[in-house]
Amino acid sequence: MSPDSDDRNALSWFFTGMRGLLSLPALILLTSIVGFSAFALESGLTRAEAVFMSFAIWALPAQVILVGTMASGANIAACFLAVTLSSIRMTPMVASVIPEMRTRRTPIWLLLILSHFIAITSWVFAITTLRNVPREHRAIYFAGFGVTLTLTGTLVVAVFYDIVSAFPPVVAGVLFFLTPVYFNASIWASARQPVVKIAFVMGVVLGPTLALVTPKFDVLCAGLGGGTIAYLVDRIRRERLRAGKGDRR
Amino acid sequence: MIAEYWTFIVIVIAGFLATDIWRWLGVFTGNRLDEDSEALYWVRAVATALVMAVTAKLIVFPNGTLAGSPLWLRLGAAGIGFAVFLATGRKVWIGVAVPMALLVAGLWWGGF
Repeated sequence: MSPDSDDRNALSWFFTGMRGLLSLPALILLTSIVGFSAFALESGLTRAEAVFMSFAIWALPAQVILVGTMASGANIAACFLAVTLSSIRMTPMVASVIPEMRTRRTPIWLLLILSHFIAITSWVFAITTLRNVPREHRAIYFAGFGVTLTLTGTLVVAVFYDIVSAFPPVVAGVLFFLTPVYFNASIWASARQPVVKIAFVMGVVLGPTLALVTPKFDVLCAGLGGGTIAYLVDRIRRERLRAGKGDRR
Repeated sequence: MIAEYWTFIVIVIAGFLATDIWRWLGVFTGNRLDEDSEALYWVRAVATALVMAVTAKLIVFPNGTLAGSPLWLRLGAAGIGFAVFLATGRKVWIGVAVPMALLVAGLWWGGF
């Protein structure tokens, strides 16, 4: 998988992306989706509705919020507001991946379709592995992973919809913990630039802290505020580094 | 007729559209960023802080069964696990296996 080996055709890169389904992050996500199916069943969604929701939204936090607001009897406008607030984070996530994924010739409609398959797991997959793929095959490689993962996740909802409730609850609790510890390790391991590590620490500290202060906008505030502070700290660091190099000359 | 499909309509409008408008906005924004631009540095920082805020909240304020476990156990398992991960050459499987083992041991010891 070196960037020089572009003698392989597009289809083979699609299959390479598909193979990502057998990776640790994909398996962890699929187990959390098992948890969502149980939640959907308990909240009164039919199997068809749960399956359709999984494919149409493809973002677990938004799905959990929509099921929760629907179950509480909120009207469609209130549901829209709650879901859309939780999904604002998609914009910087997608925007940070697109420049690495496209070439000058990649059509915008293709990127718009592919963006639907970007959620936290595939975002981590993209920032970790895209750099190992020749640029002209990156979109098709991501499609191989993203589309396959979404379809498999949707299938998992269909299959596990009424099976999970038979598991002992502590199993679901332990599986729940897999997602955050996997993100901790993989995002830190994939960070090439110091700005990402500073932002990592800011997010970890500000997320839970702001949840106590502004429960509705905590993630958004932690992201915008923590990210901006991380960017400024890193910018000062880079300028000092440049100035230091200048002095020595 | 409408009542039959109402839930699906809610999912399309309050789920699909409410989420994908932000994805589409991300495509239009990202499409105008150069790979090594200052703006992309900032966008990367914001995206990372956002994802980590969600992640840290899952540990501090979990849903379901884990909500009944003590906070010190979850923080300790995640924190010690992360320290071991850093000390042993940053292998992702260690960063996952150590906190999971600590959590399971703690839950078992605590009688869950």
